[in-house]
Amino acid sequence: MELTKEEEKSLNGEHGEALQTAYRILSATGEATNAEKLVPIHWAHVSGVNYNTIGDAGEEFLANLSKKAKFKVRTTVNPMGYDKDSVKKFGLDENFVQKQESIKKSYEKMGVTPSFSCIPYEIYDMPQEGTQVSLAESNAAIYANSVGNLKTNKESAFSALASAITGKSPYSDLRKDDSPTMSVSMKVSEPNELTFGLLGYFAGKIADKSVAISGVKNLDKRCNKSLCASLGTSGTCGKFVLDDNSDASEKVDFDEKEMQKVYDELNTAESGDLVTLGSPQLGLEEMTDLAAMLKGRSFKKRCLIFCPRAIQEQARHLGYAGQLESAGCELLSDCCTCLTPLVTKKDADSVTTNSVKGAYYLKNSNGLDVNLKPLSEIVRDDTS
Amino acid sequence: MTEKTIVKGNVTGKVLKSNQPINFLGAIDKKTGSVTDQKHDLVGKSIKDCILLFPHGVGSSVGAYTIYSLKSNNAAPLAMACQKVDLTVASGCALANIPLFILSSSEYDSIKDGDEISLG
Repeated sequence: MELTKEEEKSLNGEHGEALQTAYRILSATGEATNAEKLVPIHWAHVSGVNYNTIGDAGEEFLANLSKKAKFKVRTTVNPMGYDKDSVKKFGLDENFVQKQESIKKSYEKMGVTPSFSCIPYEIYDMPQEGTQVSLAESNAAIYANSVGNLKTNKESAFSALASAITGKSPYSDLRKDDSPTMSVSMKVSEPNELTFGLLGYFAGKIADKSVAISGVKNLDKRCNKSLCASLGTSGTCGKFVLDDNSDASEKVDFDEKEMQKVYDELNTAESGDLVTLGSPQLGLEEMTDLAAMLKGRSFKKRCLIFCPRAIQEQARHLGYAGQLESAGCELLSDCCTCLTPLVTKKDADSVTTNSVKGAYYLKNSNGLDVNLKPLSEIVRDDTS
Repeated sequence: MTEKTIVKGNVTGKVLKSNQPINFLGAIDKKTGSVTDQKHDLVGKSIKDCILLFPHGVGSSVGAYTIYSLKSNNAAPLAMACQKVDLTVASGCALANIPLFILSSSEYDSIKDGDEISLG
């Protein structure tokens, strides 16, 4: 990768340790993706905020980095480990809270927009179509590319962090050429958000950087987010296009049989001890929709709803938050189902969710069994 | 010998080879280096102090922190070698200073699990 004189100086440490670290990361990711140069980016979204995921090494790294680094472009951040308003209720130990606060402070010191959300695309205005951005949260990167027509690779926590500090990213892969090499055909009739989640997980395993999906006219918000999240979980794919006439060289069907295979891989329980909704976090549209579905009904078991703080405030103002709470839901902001320290084996053996991404991490990272079903069935079975 | 060097270094060690991609966040214990994903072909094994051969990384962007943590916890592989490199593995290895190589498919296929090899 060709660097300008200034970039070269930064890589050699002439502009300080923070920039040197950032350029070291960009050089590696640039080499790995055969980039010829770095290009300016106009928005960064960093992951690696939850103490549960980055641990002591991550906390120390960020504390150290924040002494020297400042974000050069608008930078939003992923969810952290808990909602400070209800943290006491969950009995997290003092060390966790202390380390999480330190991580939060480090990001704030570097100049972050304190979104603590995995769906920045539902909180902030999106940049103009075609804008180069650098988003680390995989569902957000896929959503930005596929729905917002922005340009980002499926960035890592460190590559997006390096972009936030330098305002640049290697010009490669999806930033340059995003034409799909594989097309997946939706053959399951009357698909719901879980069907799209399972299709995404299936497609992620076999597609490269970009995938075409045929047999789908349009996607509502819930199906869209479910697809983005699961596609990002199982592979390296960073974009999908709905296209019935794709000229992709490889074509694969997603039928009932394939769907069942993915379902059997991720569904490990007949029912859950509690329900979690929000991986990705729920936006206002989904909260409003859920409030309508729950009219006159109430959850028979605990139901945790994860949403951004900005969305919870709006939902409270509009009355939906109160309606959801009356139906027995607990609203949690600044955190997410994924890698949550709030749901452990102490609380439950199994969890019901409609999120394929949530299922993957609840199983593999939290060690819980998962009962996967679409929201309509959760409401049917778990409320009265 | 290697097709491309992403993070420089000279290493000699025993190969631990997987045929499955790795989601570092979901599948590896960052304190010990053990593979915890029940569905992974390396489950129960440790990636510590080996030359880890795997097709490529997948999944969460936070896996880069897992790679950095493995190094900080002295549980990291000596080096990694992949068929293609994704941004999570490239950036994690760059920050943790774990040598990282992309191998040609013939080279990748010719190296067997348990082989003693030198890279770099």
